[in-house]
Amino acid sequence: MNLNRRDFMRFSASAAALTLLPLSGCARALRTQASPRVVVIGGGYAGATAAKYLRMWSAGAVEVIVIEPNPSFISCPLSNLVLGGSKTLADLTFGYDGLQQHGIQRVQDTVTAVDPLARKLQLTRGELRYDKLVIAPGVDFIYDSLPMLDSAEASQQVPHAWKAGPQTVLLQQQLAAMPDGGVFVMSVPKAPYRCPPGPYERVCQVASYFSQHKPKAKIIVLDANPEITSKKALFTKVWAEMYAGMIDYRPNSQLTEVDVAAREVKTEFETVSADVLNVIPPQRAGKVAQLVGAANVDKRWCEVDFLSYASKVVPDTYIVGDSVSAALPKSAHMATSQARVCASAILATLAGQQPDPQPVFANTCYSFVNARMAMHVAHVYRYDQHKKIMLPAEGGGVSAQPSEQEGQYAYSWAQNIWSDVLT
Amino acid sequence: MLSRLIVLGLLCAPLLVVAEPDHITTLASSCAACHGTNGNSAGGTPVLAGLDASHFRKQMQDFKSGARPSTVMQRHAKGLTDAEIDGLALFFSQQPRRPASLPAHPR
Ligand SMILES: Cc1cc2nc3c(=O)[nH]c(=O)nc-3n(C[C@H](O)[C@H](O)[C@H](O)COP(=O)(O)OP(=O)(O)OC[C@H]3O[C@@H](n4cnc5c(N)ncnc54)[C@H](O)[C@@H]3O)c2cc1C
Repeated sequence: MNLNRRDFMRFSASAAALTLLPLSGCARALRTQASPRVVVIGGGYAGATAAKYLRMWSAGAVEVIVIEPNPSFISCPLSNLVLGGSKTLADLTFGYDGLQQHGIQRVQDTVTAVDPLARKLQLTRGELRYDKLVIAPGVDFIYDSLPMLDSAEASQQVPHAWKAGPQTVLLQQQLAAMPDGGVFVMSVPKAPYRCPPGPYERVCQVASYFSQHKPKAKIIVLDANPEITSKKALFTKVWAEMYAGMIDYRPNSQLTEVDVAAREVKTEFETVSADVLNVIPPQRAGKVAQLVGAANVDKRWCEVDFLSYASKVVPDTYIVGDSVSAALPKSAHMATSQARVCASAILATLAGQQPDPQPVFANTCYSFVNARMAMHVAHVYRYDQHKKIMLPAEGGGVSAQPSEQEGQYAYSWAQNIWSDVLT
Repeated sequence: MLSRLIVLGLLCAPLLVVAEPDHITTLASSCAACHGTNGNSAGGTPVLAGLDASHFRKQMQDFKSGARPSTVMQRHAKGLTDAEIDGLALFFSQQPRRPASLPAHPR
Protein backbone atom coordinates (compact mmCIF):
# COMPACT_ATOMS: atom_id res chain seq x y z
CA MET A 1 0.00 0.00 0.00
CA ASN A 2 1.30 3.39 -0.85
CA LEU A 3 0.38 6.21 1.44
CA ASN A 4 -0.59 9.65 0.33
CA ARG A 5 -0.33 12.85 2.24
CA ARG A 6 -3.75 12.52 3.85
CA ASP A 7 -2.78 9.13 5.23
CA PHE A 8 0.05 10.70 7.19
CA MET A 9 -2.45 12.81 9.07
CA ARG A 10 -4.65 9.80 9.71
CA PHE A 11 -1.82 7.66 11.05
CA SER A 12 -1.75 9.20 14.49
CA ALA A 13 -5.48 8.81 14.95
CA SER A 14 -5.80 5.30 13.57
CA ALA A 15 -6.16 2.38 15.92
CA ALA A 16 -6.31 -0.33 13.32
CA ALA A 17 -5.77 -4.03 13.87
CA LEU A 18 -5.86 -3.93 17.62
CA THR A 19 -6.36 -7.05 19.64
CA LEU A 20 -8.04 -5.38 22.54
CA LEU A 21 -8.52 -7.16 25.77
CA PRO A 22 -11.91 -6.02 27.02
CA LEU A 23 -11.08 -7.34 30.50
CA SER A 24 -8.85 -4.47 31.32
CA GLY A 25 -10.12 -1.84 33.69
CA CYS A 26 -8.92 0.90 31.38
CA ALA A 27 -10.43 -0.64 28.26
CA ARG A 28 -12.30 2.49 27.29
CA ALA A 29 -9.20 4.59 27.28
CA LEU A 30 -7.36 1.89 25.36
CA ARG A 31 -9.78 1.78 22.50
CA THR A 32 -8.61 5.19 21.39
CA GLN A 33 -4.94 4.27 21.63
CA ALA A 34 -3.12 3.25 18.48
CA SER A 35 -1.04 0.08 18.49
CA PRO A 36 2.70 0.65 18.86
CA ARG A 37 4.21 1.84 15.61
CA VAL A 38 7.57 0.73 14.26
CA VAL A 39 8.93 2.66 11.31
CA VAL A 40 11.58 0.91 9.21
CA ILE A 41 13.87 3.03 7.06
CA GLY A 42 14.98 1.04 4.02
CA GLY A 43 13.25 -1.86 2.27
CA GLY A 44 16.38 -3.85 1.43
CA TYR A 45 17.30 -7.25 2.85
CA ALA A 46 17.49 -6.10 6.46
CA GLY A 47 14.57 -3.64 6.51
CA ALA A 48 12.03 -5.79 4.66
CA THR A 49 12.88 -8.77 6.87
CA ALA A 50 12.55 -6.78 10.08
CA ALA A 51 9.17 -5.48 8.89
CA LYS A 52 7.81 -8.90 7.95
CA TYR A 53 8.88 -10.65 11.14
CA LEU A 54 7.61 -7.80 13.34
CA ARG A 55 4.17 -8.30 11.79
CA MET A 56 4.30 -12.10 11.68
CA TRP A 57 5.56 -12.63 15.21
CA SER A 58 3.22 -10.04 16.73
CA ALA A 59 0.28 -11.51 14.79
CA GLY A 60 -0.32 -8.05 13.41
CA ALA A 61 -0.46 -6.31 16.80
CA VAL A 62 2.31 -3.86 15.88
CA GLU A 63 1.87 -1.28 13.15
CA VAL A 64 4.79 -1.38 10.71
CA ILE A 65 5.63 1.23 8.09
CA VAL A 66 8.52 0.75 5.65
CA ILE A 67 10.02 3.78 3.96
CA GLU A 68 11.87 3.01 0.74
CA PRO A 69 12.51 5.34 -2.20
CA ASN A 70 12.79 2.61 -4.84
CA PRO A 71 9.60 1.31 -6.47
CA SER A 72 10.95 -2.24 -6.50
CA PHE A 73 13.56 -4.45 -4.84
CA ILE A 74 16.75 -5.22 -6.78
CA SER A 75 18.98 -7.94 -5.37
CA CYS A 76 22.72 -7.36 -5.09
CA PRO A 77 23.24 -11.10 -4.57
CA LEU A 78 23.49 -12.70 -8.03
CA SER A 79 24.04 -9.27 -9.65
CA ASN A 80 27.60 -10.26 -10.59
CA LEU A 81 25.99 -12.91 -12.80
CA VAL A 82 24.56 -10.11 -14.94
CA LEU A 83 28.20 -9.28 -15.80
CA GLY A 84 28.88 -12.95 -16.52
CA GLY A 85 25.86 -13.02 -18.83
CA SER A 86 23.81 -15.78 -17.14
CA LYS A 87 21.29 -13.44 -15.44
CA THR A 88 19.54 -10.23 -16.37
CA LEU A 89 18.71 -7.41 -13.99
CA ALA A 90 15.01 -8.17 -14.57
CA ASP A 91 15.60 -11.65 -13.07
CA LEU A 92 16.77 -9.93 -9.87
CA THR A 93 14.03 -7.28 -9.67
CA PHE A 94 10.93 -7.91 -7.53
CA GLY A 95 7.81 -6.03 -6.54
CA TYR A 96 7.06 -5.05 -2.94
CA ASP A 97 3.45 -6.24 -3.12
CA GLY A 98 4.15 -9.26 -0.92
CA LEU A 99 4.80 -7.01 2.08
CA GLN A 100 1.24 -5.77 1.87
CA GLN A 101 -0.10 -9.24 2.65
CA HIS A 102 1.50 -8.89 6.07
CA GLY A 103 -0.25 -5.58 6.63
CA ILE A 104 2.97 -3.65 6.21
CA GLN A 105 2.45 -0.12 4.97
CA ARG A 106 4.97 1.09 2.42
CA VAL A 107 5.83 4.69 1.83
CA GLN A 108 7.81 5.36 -1.33
CA ASP A 109 9.96 8.20 -0.10
CA THR A 110 13.34 9.07 1.42
CA VAL A 111 13.92 9.99 5.05
CA THR A 112 15.64 13.35 5.18
CA ALA A 113 15.75 14.03 8.93
CA VAL A 114 15.08 12.27 12.22
CA ASP A 115 14.29 13.76 15.62
CA PRO A 116 14.91 10.83 17.97
CA LEU A 117 13.85 12.70 21.10
CA ALA A 118 10.48 13.67 19.66
CA ARG A 119 10.33 10.27 17.86
CA LYS A 120 9.51 11.96 14.60
CA LEU A 121 10.98 11.73 11.15
CA GLN A 122 10.88 13.89 8.09
CA LEU A 123 10.14 12.65 4.60
CA THR A 124 10.15 14.73 1.45
CA ARG A 125 6.33 14.51 1.53
CA GLY A 126 5.57 14.89 5.22
CA GLU A 127 6.27 13.85 8.76
CA LEU A 128 5.84 10.54 10.60
CA ARG A 129 5.79 9.67 14.29
CA TYR A 130 7.06 6.37 15.65
CA ASP A 131 7.48 4.46 18.87
CA LYS A 132 10.49 2.49 17.64
CA LEU A 133 12.71 3.19 14.66
CA VAL A 134 14.62 0.58 12.66
CA ILE A 135 17.33 1.98 10.38
CA ALA A 136 18.41 -0.32 7.55
CA PRO A 137 19.82 1.91 4.80
CA GLY A 138 22.67 -0.32 3.60
CA VAL A 139 25.91 1.47 2.70
CA ASP A 140 26.95 4.91 1.57
CA PHE A 141 30.10 5.48 -0.52
CA ILE A 142 33.03 7.52 0.79
CA TYR A 143 34.61 9.73 -1.84
CA ASP A 144 36.86 11.80 0.48
CA SER A 145 40.08 10.42 -0.99
CA LEU A 146 38.76 10.18 -4.57
CA PRO A 147 36.52 13.27 -4.96
CA MET A 148 36.74 13.09 -8.74
CA LEU A 149 34.42 10.07 -8.64
CA ASP A 150 31.71 11.86 -6.67
CA SER A 151 29.38 12.93 -9.46
CA ALA A 152 26.66 11.43 -11.63
CA GLU A 153 28.79 11.95 -14.75
CA ALA A 154 31.83 10.25 -13.21
CA SER A 155 29.74 7.23 -12.20
CA GLN A 156 28.61 6.91 -15.83
CA GLN A 157 32.21 6.74 -16.99
CA VAL A 158 33.55 4.73 -14.02
CA PRO A 159 30.73 2.64 -12.53
CA HIS A 160 30.84 1.21 -9.01
CA ALA A 161 28.05 -1.32 -9.67
CA TRP A 162 28.04 -1.98 -5.90
CA LYS A 163 24.35 -1.20 -5.54
CA ALA A 164 22.52 -3.41 -8.01
CA GLY A 165 20.49 -1.49 -10.58
CA PRO A 166 21.33 0.75 -13.54
CA GLN A 167 25.00 0.71 -12.48
CA THR A 168 25.12 -3.07 -12.94
CA VAL A 169 23.69 -2.79 -16.45
CA LEU A 170 26.08 0.05 -17.29
CA LEU A 171 29.14 -2.00 -16.31
CA GLN A 172 27.79 -4.97 -18.27
CA GLN A 173 27.34 -2.76 -21.35
CA GLN A 174 30.85 -1.34 -21.03
CA LEU A 175 32.28 -4.87 -20.86
CA ALA A 176 30.22 -5.89 -23.90
CA ALA A 177 31.47 -2.86 -25.87
CA MET A 178 35.12 -3.44 -24.90
CA PRO A 179 37.32 -4.76 -27.74
CA ASP A 180 38.90 -8.21 -27.42
CA GLY A 181 42.39 -7.67 -26.02
CA GLY A 182 41.14 -4.82 -23.82
CA VAL A 183 41.88 -4.44 -20.11
CA PHE A 184 39.30 -4.47 -17.32
CA VAL A 185 40.59 -2.87 -14.10
CA MET A 186 38.72 -3.35 -10.83
CA SER A 187 39.62 -1.65 -7.55
CA VAL A 188 38.72 -3.24 -4.19
CA PRO A 189 38.47 -0.97 -1.11
CA LYS A 190 40.00 -1.76 2.29
CA ALA A 191 37.76 -3.99 4.43
CA PRO A 192 35.20 -3.66 5.93
CA TYR A 193 33.00 -3.26 2.87
CA ARG A 194 29.71 -4.84 1.71
CA CYS A 195 30.08 -8.52 0.74
CA PRO A 196 33.70 -9.60 1.43
CA PRO A 197 33.88 -12.23 -1.39
CA GLY A 198 31.81 -10.06 -3.79
CA PRO A 199 34.68 -8.37 -5.66
CA TYR A 200 36.44 -11.69 -6.27
CA GLU A 201 33.19 -13.29 -7.43
CA ARG A 202 32.90 -10.36 -9.85
CA VAL A 203 36.39 -11.12 -11.20
CA CYS A 204 35.28 -14.73 -11.85
CA GLN A 205 32.12 -13.58 -13.63
CA VAL A 206 33.96 -11.10 -15.85
CA ALA A 207 36.60 -13.75 -16.58
CA SER A 208 33.86 -16.23 -17.46
CA TYR A 209 32.36 -13.71 -19.90
CA PHE A 210 35.78 -12.88 -21.40
CA SER A 211 36.69 -16.57 -21.87
CA GLN A 212 33.60 -17.02 -24.02
CA HIS A 213 33.56 -13.72 -25.91
CA LYS A 214 36.92 -11.93 -25.59
CA PRO A 215 39.59 -14.53 -24.90
CA LYS A 216 42.46 -12.05 -25.36
CA ALA A 217 41.11 -9.62 -22.73
CA LYS A 218 42.89 -9.13 -19.40
CA ILE A 219 41.76 -8.36 -15.85
CA ILE A 220 43.82 -6.35 -13.38
CA VAL A 221 42.65 -6.39 -9.76
CA LEU A 222 43.96 -3.51 -7.63
CA ASP A 223 43.19 -4.59 -4.07
CA ALA A 224 43.71 -2.10 -1.23
CA ASN A 225 43.91 -5.10 1.12
CA PRO A 226 47.11 -7.08 1.73
CA GLU A 227 45.41 -10.21 0.36
CA ILE A 228 42.11 -11.59 -0.93
CA THR A 229 39.76 -10.98 2.01
CA SER A 230 37.48 -14.03 1.67
CA LYS A 231 37.82 -17.61 0.32
CA LYS A 232 41.42 -16.75 -0.63
CA ALA A 233 42.70 -20.25 -1.41
CA LEU A 234 39.58 -21.07 -3.43
CA PHE A 235 39.66 -17.93 -5.55
CA THR A 236 43.39 -18.22 -6.11
CA LYS A 237 42.96 -21.79 -7.38
CA VAL A 238 39.96 -20.94 -9.60
CA TRP A 239 41.81 -18.01 -11.17
CA ALA A 240 44.89 -20.12 -11.84
CA GLU A 241 43.03 -23.16 -13.19
CA MET A 242 39.82 -21.95 -14.84
CA TYR A 243 41.07 -18.57 -16.07
CA ALA A 244 44.81 -19.20 -16.51
CA GLY A 245 46.78 -16.18 -17.71
CA MET A 246 43.81 -13.80 -17.63
CA ILE A 247 43.85 -12.35 -14.11
CA ASP A 248 46.59 -10.18 -12.67
CA TYR A 249 46.01 -9.72 -8.93
CA ARG A 250 47.90 -6.89 -7.17
CA PRO A 251 47.57 -6.62 -3.37
CA ASN A 252 48.26 -3.47 -1.27
CA SER A 253 47.13 -1.36 -4.20
CA GLN A 254 45.04 1.47 -2.82
CA LEU A 255 44.01 4.09 -5.39
CA THR A 256 45.43 7.55 -4.85
CA GLU A 257 44.07 9.19 -7.98
CA VAL A 258 41.64 8.53 -10.82
CA ASP A 259 41.64 10.21 -14.22
CA VAL A 260 37.98 9.69 -14.99
CA ALA A 261 38.01 10.74 -18.66
CA ALA A 262 41.12 8.69 -19.49
CA ARG A 263 40.10 5.74 -17.25
CA GLU A 264 43.55 5.77 -15.69
CA VAL A 265 44.30 5.14 -12.01
CA LYS A 266 47.30 5.71 -9.78
CA THR A 267 48.40 3.76 -6.73
CA GLU A 268 51.40 4.47 -4.53
CA PHE A 269 53.45 2.31 -6.89
CA GLU A 270 52.15 2.63 -10.44
CA THR A 271 49.80 4.06 -13.03
CA VAL A 272 47.34 1.65 -14.66
CA SER A 273 45.22 2.30 -17.76
CA ALA A 274 41.91 0.60 -18.33
CA ASP A 275 39.47 0.10 -21.17
CA VAL A 276 36.74 -0.56 -18.61
CA LEU A 277 37.27 0.75 -15.08
CA ASN A 278 35.27 -0.36 -12.05
CA VAL A 279 36.10 1.37 -8.77
CA ILE A 280 34.31 -0.07 -5.74
CA PRO A 281 34.52 2.87 -3.33
CA PRO A 282 35.18 2.62 0.42
CA GLN A 283 31.93 2.44 2.39
CA ARG A 284 30.17 3.52 5.56
CA ALA A 285 26.71 3.26 7.10
CA GLY A 286 23.88 4.62 4.94
CA LYS A 287 23.44 8.41 5.02
CA VAL A 288 20.38 8.42 7.25
CA ALA A 289 22.31 6.53 9.95
CA GLN A 290 24.91 9.28 9.87
CA LEU A 291 22.18 11.92 9.90
CA VAL A 292 20.58 10.60 13.07
CA GLY A 293 23.99 10.39 14.76
CA ALA A 294 24.02 6.59 14.99
CA ALA A 295 27.25 6.13 12.98
CA ASN A 296 29.49 6.62 16.02
CA VAL A 297 32.32 4.21 15.17
CA ASP A 298 35.03 6.10 13.21
CA LYS A 299 32.13 8.22 11.92
CA ARG A 300 31.48 5.22 9.66
CA TRP A 301 29.54 2.39 11.26
CA CYS A 302 26.83 2.05 13.91
CA GLU A 303 27.58 0.58 17.32
CA VAL A 304 24.76 -1.64 18.54
CA ASP A 305 23.80 -3.93 21.40
CA PHE A 306 23.97 -7.38 19.80
CA LEU A 307 21.04 -8.64 21.88
CA SER A 308 18.65 -6.21 20.21
CA TYR A 309 20.54 -4.14 17.59
CA ALA A 310 19.57 -1.06 19.57
CA SER A 311 21.85 1.86 18.80
CA LYS A 312 24.35 2.52 21.61
CA VAL A 313 23.86 6.26 21.15
CA VAL A 314 20.38 7.04 19.81
CA PRO A 315 17.29 6.19 21.91
CA ASP A 316 14.44 4.01 20.55
CA THR A 317 16.53 3.38 17.42
CA TYR A 318 17.74 0.04 16.07
CA ILE A 319 20.24 -0.57 13.26
CA VAL A 320 20.38 -3.71 11.13
CA GLY A 321 22.25 -4.86 8.04
CA ASP A 322 25.38 -3.46 6.41
CA SER A 323 25.34 -0.28 8.54
CA VAL A 324 26.16 -2.18 11.74
CA SER A 325 29.70 -2.02 13.17
CA ALA A 326 30.68 -5.64 13.72
CA ALA A 327 33.31 -8.25 12.98
CA LEU A 328 30.61 -9.97 10.93
CA PRO A 329 30.48 -10.27 7.14
CA LYS A 330 28.23 -7.66 5.54
CA SER A 331 26.01 -10.09 3.66
CA ALA A 332 22.33 -10.39 2.79
CA HIS A 333 21.92 -13.51 4.94
CA MET A 334 23.62 -11.71 7.84
CA ALA A 335 21.36 -8.68 7.32
CA THR A 336 18.25 -10.89 7.58
CA SER A 337 19.59 -12.80 10.59
CA GLN A 338 20.25 -9.53 12.43
CA ALA A 339 16.82 -8.21 11.41
CA ARG A 340 15.02 -11.20 12.93
CA VAL A 341 16.92 -10.94 16.22
CA CYS A 342 16.08 -7.23 16.22
CA ALA A 343 12.37 -7.86 15.50
CA SER A 344 12.23 -10.41 18.29
CA ALA A 345 13.94 -7.99 20.71
CA ILE A 346 11.67 -5.06 19.79
CA LEU A 347 8.58 -7.19 20.47
CA ALA A 348 10.04 -8.29 23.80
CA THR A 349 10.83 -4.68 24.72
CA LEU A 350 7.37 -3.46 23.74
CA ALA A 351 5.98 -6.15 26.00
CA GLY A 352 8.21 -5.13 28.90
CA GLN A 353 10.28 -8.33 28.62
CA GLN A 354 14.00 -8.98 28.22
CA PRO A 355 15.24 -10.00 24.77
CA ASP A 356 16.79 -13.46 24.22
CA PRO A 357 20.04 -13.28 26.26
CA GLN A 358 21.96 -15.61 23.92
CA PRO A 359 21.05 -15.12 20.26
CA VAL A 360 22.46 -17.61 17.76
CA PHE A 361 22.18 -17.37 13.99
CA ALA A 362 23.67 -18.63 10.75
CA ASN A 363 25.27 -17.06 7.72
CA THR A 364 25.94 -18.66 4.34
CA CYS A 365 27.53 -16.80 1.42
CA TYR A 366 27.88 -18.45 -1.97
CA SER A 367 30.15 -17.16 -4.73
CA PHE A 368 29.64 -18.21 -8.34
CA VAL A 369 32.88 -18.93 -10.21
CA ASN A 370 31.11 -19.26 -13.60
CA ALA A 371 27.46 -19.59 -14.66
CA ARG A 372 26.91 -22.91 -12.88
CA MET A 373 29.48 -23.56 -10.16
CA ALA A 374 29.58 -22.00 -6.72
CA MET A 375 31.38 -22.32 -3.38
CA HIS A 376 30.35 -21.36 0.16
CA VAL A 377 31.61 -19.73 3.29
CA ALA A 378 29.33 -20.52 6.24
CA HIS A 379 29.35 -20.05 10.00
CA VAL A 380 27.02 -20.17 12.95
CA TYR A 381 27.44 -17.10 15.16
CA ARG A 382 26.78 -17.14 18.89
CA TYR A 383 26.51 -14.29 21.39
CA ASP A 384 29.46 -14.18 23.78
CA GLN A 385 28.24 -13.00 27.17
CA HIS A 386 31.66 -11.73 28.27
CA LYS A 387 32.73 -9.94 25.11
CA LYS A 388 29.14 -8.95 24.32
CA ILE A 389 29.61 -9.60 20.60
CA MET A 390 28.63 -12.31 18.12
CA LEU A 391 31.46 -14.84 17.64
CA PRO A 392 31.77 -17.63 15.07
CA ALA A 393 31.00 -21.05 16.57
CA GLU A 394 32.94 -24.26 15.93
CA GLY A 395 32.61 -25.94 12.57
CA GLY A 396 32.38 -22.99 10.17
CA GLY A 397 34.44 -22.80 7.00
CA VAL A 398 34.54 -22.87 3.23
CA SER A 399 33.87 -25.40 0.44
CA ALA A 400 36.54 -27.93 -0.47
CA GLN A 401 36.12 -26.80 -4.08
CA PRO A 402 33.49 -25.10 -6.25
CA SER A 403 30.88 -27.47 -7.68
CA GLU A 404 27.72 -27.57 -9.75
CA GLN A 405 25.88 -29.03 -6.78
CA GLU A 406 26.72 -25.92 -4.76
CA GLY A 407 25.72 -23.83 -7.76
CA GLN A 408 22.25 -25.39 -7.42
CA TYR A 409 22.27 -24.68 -3.68
CA ALA A 410 23.28 -21.09 -4.34
CA TYR A 411 20.27 -20.59 -6.62
CA SER A 412 18.04 -22.22 -3.99
CA TRP A 413 19.50 -19.87 -1.40
CA ALA A 414 18.58 -16.89 -3.58
CA GLN A 415 15.03 -18.12 -4.24
CA ASN A 416 14.39 -18.90 -0.61
CA ILE A 417 15.79 -15.67 0.76
CA TRP A 418 13.73 -13.68 -1.80
CA SER A 419 10.65 -15.67 -0.82
CA ASP A 420 11.35 -15.14 2.89
CA VAL A 421 12.09 -11.42 2.63
CA LEU A 422 9.44 -10.38 0.10
CA THR A 423 6.41 -12.69 0.43
CA MET B 1 9.78 -24.07 22.83
CA LEU B 2 6.53 -22.61 21.61
CA SER B 3 6.29 -18.87 21.40
CA ARG B 4 5.19 -17.67 24.78
CA LEU B 5 2.03 -15.64 24.88
CA ILE B 6 2.79 -12.48 26.68
CA VAL B 7 1.06 -9.23 27.21
CA LEU B 8 2.10 -6.02 25.57
CA GLY B 9 1.96 -3.45 28.31
CA LEU B 10 3.00 -0.21 26.69
CA LEU B 11 0.53 2.31 27.98
CA CYS B 12 -1.97 0.69 30.23
CA ALA B 13 -1.40 -3.01 30.65
CA PRO B 14 -2.79 -5.36 29.58
CA LEU B 15 -3.13 -3.90 26.10
CA LEU B 16 -2.13 -6.34 23.40
CA VAL B 17 -1.48 -10.04 23.42
CA VAL B 18 1.65 -10.68 21.42
CA ALA B 19 3.52 -13.86 20.72
CA GLU B 20 7.10 -13.11 21.69
CA PRO B 21 9.44 -15.38 19.75
CA ASP B 22 11.87 -17.24 21.99
CA HIS B 23 15.49 -18.33 21.45
CA ILE B 24 14.63 -21.33 19.25
CA THR B 25 12.04 -19.48 17.14
CA THR B 26 14.57 -16.76 16.35
CA LEU B 27 17.34 -19.28 15.69
CA ALA B 28 15.00 -21.32 13.43
CA SER B 29 14.16 -18.18 11.45
CA SER B 30 17.79 -17.89 10.42
CA CYS B 31 17.38 -21.17 8.45
CA ALA B 32 14.85 -19.36 6.23
CA ALA B 33 17.51 -18.04 3.85
CA CYS B 34 17.81 -21.56 2.38
CA HIS B 35 14.72 -23.39 3.71
CA GLY B 36 12.03 -20.70 3.49
CA THR B 37 9.87 -18.99 6.11
CA ASN B 38 9.15 -21.43 8.97
CA GLY B 39 10.81 -24.21 6.96
CA ASN B 40 8.49 -23.96 3.95
CA SER B 41 11.06 -24.10 1.16
CA ALA B 42 10.40 -22.24 -2.07
CA GLY B 43 12.33 -24.93 -3.91
CA GLY B 44 15.68 -26.68 -4.23
CA THR B 45 16.11 -27.46 -0.52
CA PRO B 46 14.14 -29.82 1.74
CA VAL B 47 10.92 -28.56 3.32
CA LEU B 48 11.56 -28.62 7.07
CA ALA B 49 8.01 -27.68 8.09
CA GLY B 50 6.14 -30.65 9.48
CA LEU B 51 9.20 -32.91 9.40
CA ASP B 52 9.21 -35.70 11.94
CA ALA B 53 11.28 -34.47 14.91
CA SER B 54 13.36 -37.61 15.31
CA HIS B 55 14.14 -37.68 11.59
CA PHE B 56 15.29 -34.03 11.72
CA ARG B 57 17.40 -34.71 14.81
CA LYS B 58 19.06 -37.75 13.22
CA GLN B 59 19.93 -35.86 10.01
CA MET B 60 21.43 -32.96 11.95
CA GLN B 61 23.43 -35.26 14.23
CA ASP B 62 24.68 -37.14 11.15
CA PHE B 63 25.71 -33.86 9.48
CA LYS B 64 27.48 -32.95 12.71
CA SER B 65 29.40 -36.24 13.01
CA GLY B 66 30.05 -36.51 9.29
CA ALA B 67 28.08 -39.77 9.03
CA ARG B 68 26.00 -37.99 6.41
CA PRO B 69 28.34 -36.21 3.99
CA SER B 70 27.38 -32.64 3.11
CA THR B 71 28.69 -29.43 1.64
CA VAL B 72 27.29 -26.66 3.81
CA MET B 73 25.04 -28.42 6.35
CA GLN B 74 28.01 -29.66 8.38
CA ARG B 75 28.94 -26.01 9.00
CA HIS B 76 25.55 -25.31 10.54
CA ALA B 77 25.09 -28.59 12.43
CA LYS B 78 28.53 -28.37 14.06
CA GLY B 79 27.83 -24.85 15.32
CA LEU B 80 24.69 -25.85 17.23
CA THR B 81 24.36 -27.46 20.64
CA ASP B 82 22.47 -30.72 21.04
CA ALA B 83 19.76 -28.83 22.91
CA GLU B 84 19.40 -26.39 20.01
CA ILE B 85 19.13 -29.26 17.52
CA ASP B 86 16.41 -30.83 19.72
CA GLY B 87 14.64 -27.46 19.94
CA LEU B 88 14.80 -26.95 16.17
CA ALA B 89 13.52 -30.50 15.59
CA LEU B 90 10.46 -29.80 17.74
CA PHE B 91 9.93 -26.33 16.25
CA PHE B 92 9.96 -27.47 12.63
CA SER B 93 7.83 -30.56 13.37
CA GLN B 94 5.13 -28.18 14.63
CA GLN B 95 5.12 -25.85 11.63
CA PRO B 96 2.22 -26.26 9.21
CA ARG B 97 3.19 -27.00 5.62
CA ARG B 98 2.30 -24.13 3.36
CA PRO B 99 3.14 -23.57 -0.29
CA ALA B 100 5.95 -21.00 -0.54
CA SER B 101 6.06 -18.64 -3.47
CA LEU B 102 8.58 -16.39 -5.12
CA PRO B 103 7.93 -12.67 -5.12
CA ALA B 104 6.54 -11.41 -8.44
CA HIS B 105 8.61 -9.38 -10.86
CA PRO B 106 7.12 -5.89 -11.15
CA ARG B 107 4.64 -5.41 -13.98
C1 LIG C 1 27.83 -7.37 -6.20
C2 LIG C 1 27.32 -7.84 -4.88
C3 LIG C 1 27.09 -9.18 -4.65
C4 LIG C 1 26.60 -9.63 -3.44
N1 LIG C 1 26.38 -10.96 -3.27
C5 LIG C 1 25.90 -11.43 -2.10
C6 LIG C 1 25.63 -12.82 -1.92
O1 LIG C 1 25.80 -13.63 -2.85
N2 LIG C 1 25.16 -13.24 -0.73
C7 LIG C 1 24.94 -12.38 0.30
O2 LIG C 1 24.49 -12.82 1.37
N3 LIG C 1 25.19 -11.04 0.17
C8 LIG C 1 25.66 -10.55 -1.00
N4 LIG C 1 25.90 -9.20 -1.15
C9 LIG C 1 25.74 -8.30 0.01
C10 LIG C 1 24.30 -7.84 0.22
O3 LIG C 1 23.80 -7.25 -0.95
C11 LIG C 1 24.21 -6.83 1.36
O4 LIG C 1 24.90 -7.30 2.48
C12 LIG C 1 22.74 -6.60 1.73
O5 LIG C 1 22.08 -6.00 0.65
C13 LIG C 1 22.63 -5.74 2.98
O6 LIG C 1 21.30 -5.49 3.27
P1 LIG C 1 20.84 -4.06 3.84
O7 LIG C 1 19.37 -4.18 4.06
O8 LIG C 1 21.73 -3.64 4.94
O9 LIG C 1 21.11 -3.04 2.63
P2 LIG C 1 20.35 -2.95 1.23
O10 LIG C 1 19.90 -4.29 0.79
O11 LIG C 1 21.23 -2.16 0.33
O12 LIG C 1 19.04 -2.09 1.54
C14 LIG C 1 19.08 -0.76 1.94
C15 LIG C 1 17.81 -0.06 1.46
O13 LIG C 1 17.64 1.18 2.16
C16 LIG C 1 17.15 2.15 1.26
N5 LIG C 1 17.49 3.49 1.80
C17 LIG C 1 18.74 4.03 1.91
N6 LIG C 1 18.66 5.26 2.45
C18 LIG C 1 17.35 5.52 2.70
C19 LIG C 1 16.64 6.64 3.26
N7 LIG C 1 17.26 7.76 3.65
N8 LIG C 1 15.30 6.57 3.36
C20 LIG C 1 14.63 5.45 2.96
N9 LIG C 1 15.27 4.35 2.44
C21 LIG C 1 16.61 4.39 2.30
C22 LIG C 1 17.83 1.81 -0.05
O14 LIG C 1 17.11 2.32 -1.15
C23 LIG C 1 17.86 0.28 -0.02
O15 LIG C 1 16.74 -0.29 -0.67
C24 LIG C 1 26.36 -8.71 -2.39
C25 LIG C 1 26.58 -7.35 -2.60
C26 LIG C 1 27.04 -6.91 -3.84
C27 LIG C 1 27.26 -5.44 -4.05
